[in-house]
Amino acid sequence: MTYIAKPKFAHPSLQPNKLGFTRRDYEGRVSTLCAGCGHDSISAAIIQAAFELDIEPHRLAKLSGIGCSSKTPDYFLGASHGFNTVHGRMPSVLTGANLANRDLVYLGVSGDGDSASIGLGQFAHSIRRGVNMTYIVENNGVYGLTKGQFSATSDRGSKSKKGVVNHDSAIDMVSLALQLGATFVARSFSGDKEQLVPLIKAALRHKGAAFIDTISPCIAFNNHAGSTKSFDWVREHNEAVNRLDMMVGRAPITAQYAPGEMVQVHQHDGTVLNLRKLAANYDPTDRVKAMHFLQERQAAGEVVTGLLYVDPQAEDLHDSLGTVATPLNALGTAELTPGAAALDKINASLR
Amino acid sequence: MEPTNTESPEHFHKVVDCQWACPAHTPVPEYIRMIAQGRYADAYMVNWRSNVFPGILGRTCDRPCEPACRRDRVEDQPVAICRLKRFAADNKGDLSDRMPAPAANWNGKTVACVGAGPASLTVARDLAPLGYRVVLFDRDAKGGGMIRSQIPRFRLPEEVIDEEVGFVTALGPELVLNKEVNSLKALLAEPYDAIFVGTGAPRGRDLDVPGRAEAAANIHIGIDWLSSVSFGHIEKIGRRVIVLGGGNTAMDCCRTSRRLGGEDVKVIVRSGFEEMKASPWEKEDAMHEGIPIHNFLVPKSFTHEDGKLTGVWFEKVAWQAGLDGRKALRPTGEPDQHFECDDVLVAIGQENSFPWIERDIGLEFNKWDMPVVGETTFQSTNPKVFFGGDSAFGPKNIIWAVAHGHEAAVSIDLYCRGQDTALRPPPGVTLASQKMGIHEWSYDNDVSLDERRKVPLLETSLALASVKAEVELGFDRELAYAETQRCLNCDVQTVFSAPACIECDACVDICPTDCITFTANGDEAEVRTRLKAPALNLTQDLYVSGSLPTGRVMVKDEDVCLHCGLCAERCPTGAWDMQKFLLTTTQAGGCR
Repeated sequence: MTYIAKPKFAHPSLQPNKLGFTRRDYEGRVSTLCAGCGHDSISAAIIQAAFELDIEPHRLAKLSGIGCSSKTPDYFLGASHGFNTVHGRMPSVLTGANLANRDLVYLGVSGDGDSASIGLGQFAHSIRRGVNMTYIVENNGVYGLTKGQFSATSDRGSKSKKGVVNHDSAIDMVSLALQLGATFVARSFSGDKEQLVPLIKAALRHKGAAFIDTISPCIAFNNHAGSTKSFDWVREHNEAVNRLDMMVGRAPITAQYAPGEMVQVHQHDGTVLNLRKLAANYDPTDRVKAMHFLQERQAAGEVVTGLLYVDPQAEDLHDSLGTVATPLNALGTAELTPGAAALDKINASLR
Repeated sequence: MEPTNTESPEHFHKVVDCQWACPAHTPVPEYIRMIAQGRYADAYMVNWRSNVFPGILGRTCDRPCEPACRRDRVEDQPVAICRLKRFAADNKGDLSDRMPAPAANWNGKTVACVGAGPASLTVARDLAPLGYRVVLFDRDAKGGGMIRSQIPRFRLPEEVIDEEVGFVTALGPELVLNKEVNSLKALLAEPYDAIFVGTGAPRGRDLDVPGRAEAAANIHIGIDWLSSVSFGHIEKIGRRVIVLGGGNTAMDCCRTSRRLGGEDVKVIVRSGFEEMKASPWEKEDAMHEGIPIHNFLVPKSFTHEDGKLTGVWFEKVAWQAGLDGRKALRPTGEPDQHFECDDVLVAIGQENSFPWIERDIGLEFNKWDMPVVGETTFQSTNPKVFFGGDSAFGPKNIIWAVAHGHEAAVSIDLYCRGQDTALRPPPGVTLASQKMGIHEWSYDNDVSLDERRKVPLLETSLALASVKAEVELGFDRELAYAETQRCLNCDVQTVFSAPACIECDACVDICPTDCITFTANGDEAEVRTRLKAPALNLTQDLYVSGSLPTGRVMVKDEDVCLHCGLCAERCPTGAWDMQKFLLTTTQAGGCR
């Protein structure tokens, strides 16, 4: 934690985006997390992604629950909407906000405690409903705020800082998200912004439930030998299946890679994801194969990262419900209370 | 790129831009912090050790430190370093218990200094406490040299000169005043162990154009005229005055004229406004006093009637390429312009003048008729004779004279002890952590966003009423304190330890000015282009670590680092630390 505010002075070469904002304009308050916390790197990646996507700060809502990770929305996008919910309840509040105003970009930020323990049910239902959101879990495999107990994502056999061995099975958030029907699933690492920033950008542009499991070492309680969420462990066991090199708008794509090296994914809104293949035969649009691949590599002790699955033609909760295109909170009294005649008509249709 | 060698002081010294730019290497941030703490006498003594004349320089220095100041690149105005120096001098209080005592015993060696200006006084200050008998000769009635003769009193009050020259003379050197040395040969014949020549650049350049001789009574050489004003021999000038020249002497001449009866005073310069040699603030001060500056006019002839000057003809010029393609100031072909005036002050440059040095005493002169002087030793080809100040390498300014004086004193001391003057003593360097707690530092790392403070001025009507009324009033305590807070503490260095780094990126994320990058090593020119913010200022070095576990290196561009210490505060392993770098030049008698 730091007592002084980050000075306003910036590098003279700092460039503005299309809106005239610099990257610094997307920052929030100075972090109160421990020095070196992986979560701060994720905050920096979110700032970079929002800046590069030219997101108008007032068009984005960031929601979180309780925990170290859930504190971080205070440290980025200081000019955006924020909601800090009770523990594990971020997904419901986000779902409600999304239903009321479908026009905002929704960013849910949570941790392994908030999403895999107390909020597991909430997590599951927001994913299976296909709420249009980016859901980032800052996963450090430990309860940092309460000084280092194992969390639900700690791997069986890994050791705590005091040397205690974890006997419980780990919840794998990525496998869960795939099974629950998330239409964009990725895993990344706080220590690799080159991978993380494009993934966050793609997720923010994805229509539907986009989930990113981001391994984020806890410097204070989970960065020792024996941990499987430490900088060293993740760097040694990281197996990236692909690299999201560019995310292009509606512009045509010029081929820069030999055939077979590149996978292009065209999304609903016209965005095109250019994925450079690292693992041969990995197809990020095949959900069943992706699940199989994940289980296989996990059994071999690898941490698979990259864009693991994307459904380019995904639909979201509003599509399923058939809501009007106008956000509900923008509808007037006339639309919301059509009167007795309309009610009679509905009643008649049900007789 | 090879890892930066932080064992040698060079990298960190260059980071302290102000100290690096100061010829005398005054530790600027060190004394600015002392001023902030109200330790004005301490701040004065830090200055006094390095530059001998803090009160004088705080008013007259050419300030090479200010254009170098990092604040100038981060914001757009440097810290008012010079004004702060003056503030410390104005508020230092009694220093009698801090000044060195005169040497108790004579060491048997005697040194003569020709001229008692800033270079010679510096030599005397450095050598007298070591036991040397130092004898200073000067043609004027008081010590100080050009400080006293050429700088007008409204910029530098006489009491300030008396006090700071007095600090030197109190150390016991002998002053032989009103005595012009006419022969170096004769001086060499006397029993001096070494001779230091600090005679400055005493001859003002004249302008030999038609009418010069006929109108001589009203055409004055700038520095001679200023000297006569300083010593009270001249108290008036005509109503209409033209000052020729664009340097600081010209600015002193025009402003002095305004105070001696000149109502219509103008400066006329051959070059454009930007290329004028005068410091920007001196031009500003002149214009503030209602003195117009006319550019691109070359004097062609003086007009006169009955032996009295009536005006000057000028040819109009502009920067134009000639037949050889080189740009030069060439006539535009427009009709010449005539300016009427009663007096002309010629301030078009100064020259060295050594008619008193015989050419058969083993002292070589080069093709420009300047003595051949060692660049670091200040020793001439006659090993007993040393030069410094303007007489060594031509006209510069006071702070250079002081720097030369220190180095010459080191050489004289080495020479008198029979040692090699080429072996220069290394500087004293300390590098000490400023960490006091988890996020507490022994310096104020919170960066002030304030803009540069203006110094209060005496009201113009009062200022122009007397040649002795000091124009700049100096900062008061509040202004000085606020200005100290603008200093970025560039001497508190970001020191990186590669073995401790876990590459968590915390420093990269927090750095307000994007100075830090972890990246693959490469060729410097190429690495500079792919940092988090491109490192385009090639005068600023990159700080490069050894190889890290991921195979990358840490590269820090020192250019616009705020020295806020946030990298060190956010570092979980202490791989970054804020360490104060203090470099003190070694003066005569040190490091024996």
